[in-house]
Amino acid sequence: MAATRERKVPALVDKPMDFCPGCGHGIVSRLIMEALEELDQLDNIIFPIGVGCSSNLGAGLECDRLHCCHGRAGAVATGMKRVSPDTLVVSYQGDGDAYNIGIAETFNAAYRNENITVIVINNTNFGMTGGQMSLTTMEGQKTSTSIYGRDCSVTGYPIRFPEIVAREFPGAAYAARGTVTNPANINKLKGYIKNALQAQLNHEGYSIVEVLSPCPINWGLTPVKAMERIEKELIPYYPIGEFKKRGEEQK
Amino acid sequence: MAEMMKGNEAIAEAAVRAGARFYAGYPITPSSEIMEYLSWRMAEVGGSFVQAESELAGINMVIGASACGVRALTASSGPGISLKQEGISTLCDEGLPAVVITQVRYGNGLGTLFTAQCDYNRETRGGGQGDYRCIVLCPSSVQEFVDLMLPAYELSEKYRIVVVMMGEGTLGQMMEPVTLPDFVETKRTPWALTGKYDYKKIGIFERDSRKEAVELREKYAAIKENEQRWFDEGVEDADYVFVAYGVPGRATLGAIRELRAEGEKVGLIRPITAWPFPEKAFAKINPACKGVITVEENATGQLVDDAALYIKKTHKDRNIPAYALTYVYNTPPIRSIKADYHRIKNGEVKEVY
Ligand SMILES: Cc1ncc(C[n+]2csc(CCOP(=O)(O)OP(=O)(O)O)c2C)c(N)n1
Ligand code: SF4
Ligand SMILES: [Mg+2]
Repeated sequence: MAATRERKVPALVDKPMDFCPGCGHGIVSRLIMEALEELDQLDNIIFPIGVGCSSNLGAGLECDRLHCCHGRAGAVATGMKRVSPDTLVVSYQGDGDAYNIGIAETFNAAYRNENITVIVINNTNFGMTGGQMSLTTMEGQKTSTSIYGRDCSVTGYPIRFPEIVAREFPGAAYAARGTVTNPANINKLKGYIKNALQAQLNHEGYSIVEVLSPCPINWGLTPVKAMERIEKELIPYYPIGEFKKRGEEQK
Repeated sequence: MAEMMKGNEAIAEAAVRAGARFYAGYPITPSSEIMEYLSWRMAEVGGSFVQAESELAGINMVIGASACGVRALTASSGPGISLKQEGISTLCDEGLPAVVITQVRYGNGLGTLFTAQCDYNRETRGGGQGDYRCIVLCPSSVQEFVDLMLPAYELSEKYRIVVVMMGEGTLGQMMEPVTLPDFVETKRTPWALTGKYDYKKIGIFERDSRKEAVELREKYAAIKENEQRWFDEGVEDADYVFVAYGVPGRATLGAIRELRAEGEKVGLIRPITAWPFPEKAFAKINPACKGVITVEENATGQLVDDAALYIKKTHKDRNIPAYALTYVYNTPPIRSIKADYHRIKNGEVKEVY
């Protein structure tokens, strides 16, 4: 009989978070908590939290956190970090929060090279409010505000923000994109998150990790099919990997 | 010792001396000199300064700094303060203290650069979404502005509320003799986020808004009872009582002194807190008073609503009329206030209420 391992709940999580079955948010929250634990930072962390399904994170955590207005976490994080430079400040936001309504704050925090870590859960829609189109919605993707499929000729093309950071902001410390589709990718993603946190701990500058994350309920797919969609449709457009490694010179 | 200082610079220095160690904002006339000054001054005292990408970002940076227990400041005017409203509502919701300075300029929309008092309603009614108020202080001189900076932070921390310093363009731009206060010792608030979770917080889905409503009502009732501030002169025997705040309040003081010397029985209430409104001052007014007259730098009359409410509340047995002298923008000259007073006395001006 295979040895069973006890399921350990990370110390900072105090109650279940209400995500839909098959949602990616839960996996990422767990990875962040594990990374903090491994870096021995459980009592040195503040989360400015975005508005969206990400808000559930704030409901289940046992640590310092603040719910920000929709899109403003980049600015709130800036204020926190400037007055508490030795405390880890990690914003946790959705694609709608960070890129649609919050693009000014997200962009400018990266531009100023704030020494913060930004985690963006990219599920290619506004999950919480019923799956409307976001800046990361794929061309042709049907959402509740693009019922015939996203027409990029009038709505713009899906944004790849970590790539912009890596390309345009010379001071930025770290930019990566990961996903949660299988154990190998989950392990890789955890490595990215740890790198980002480590960069912040070492005062190296801005770090961002975007996560391609399933939203089965709004995609109209089963959890398994939602994972398949990420592999087949999203990764070819949104490559996973590190776009700016720590200590790397600007390309 | 008093030295001549430009309003905005004196105010910025007073904020530093009152313990402000974080500033974030976006430039706008007539408040910009505050941030210009703090852009170099904060670093000298170990504080932080961020030139934000917008007023929206600026107030959200203030939220972050305040959440971490640091005395935080932002300043703006007209449309910039509109952009901050969501953040001010959030500060009030989270019970986070902060001081917001507005050097009011005239107009709707983009507005103008003229000194004015057109934003009274917005500041005194809690201009953002929800059901909250800010304490609103409205000094009438640079010295008074400077002297109120420390009480502003103390009030905001005592009640965990936003304090709005409602100045006006001219208060930032004029030079006056100022005596600066001493430096206070800075320390973080007890509820600061430290990363260690030593101040417990409930999750957003566990809030009990009905319970919070009771606490909110108690808090606002305590503020109304304890924090009314005003200056008054000559109200006990006055036939007419002027109500005016800020620089027009000063001009009106000049007007009532001249009118008194000419034999007119007039008085003045100059609110120093616009919210809580100084209701207690109205209780002192002559029971036989013939009218209250507001002097306002706006077009439609805003202060008059409060002046009418409280004269009718404190003098229930008599329906004392409330008049508004609205000078749109710029400080009204004493001679205009006096001339308009005589028009009211002669029955040439219709009361508002
Ligand atoms: C100012 C403002 N506008 C709109 C909303 C409504 N709203 C809440 S969450 C959300 C979208 C969130 O989408 P995303 O950031 O992608 O998060 P997800 O739920 O997909 O994880 C919107 C529009 C709001 N809370 N505040
Ligand atoms: S709506 Fe989508 S993002 Fe939100 S909890 Fe459900 S699956 Fe997750
Ligand atoms: Mg989303």
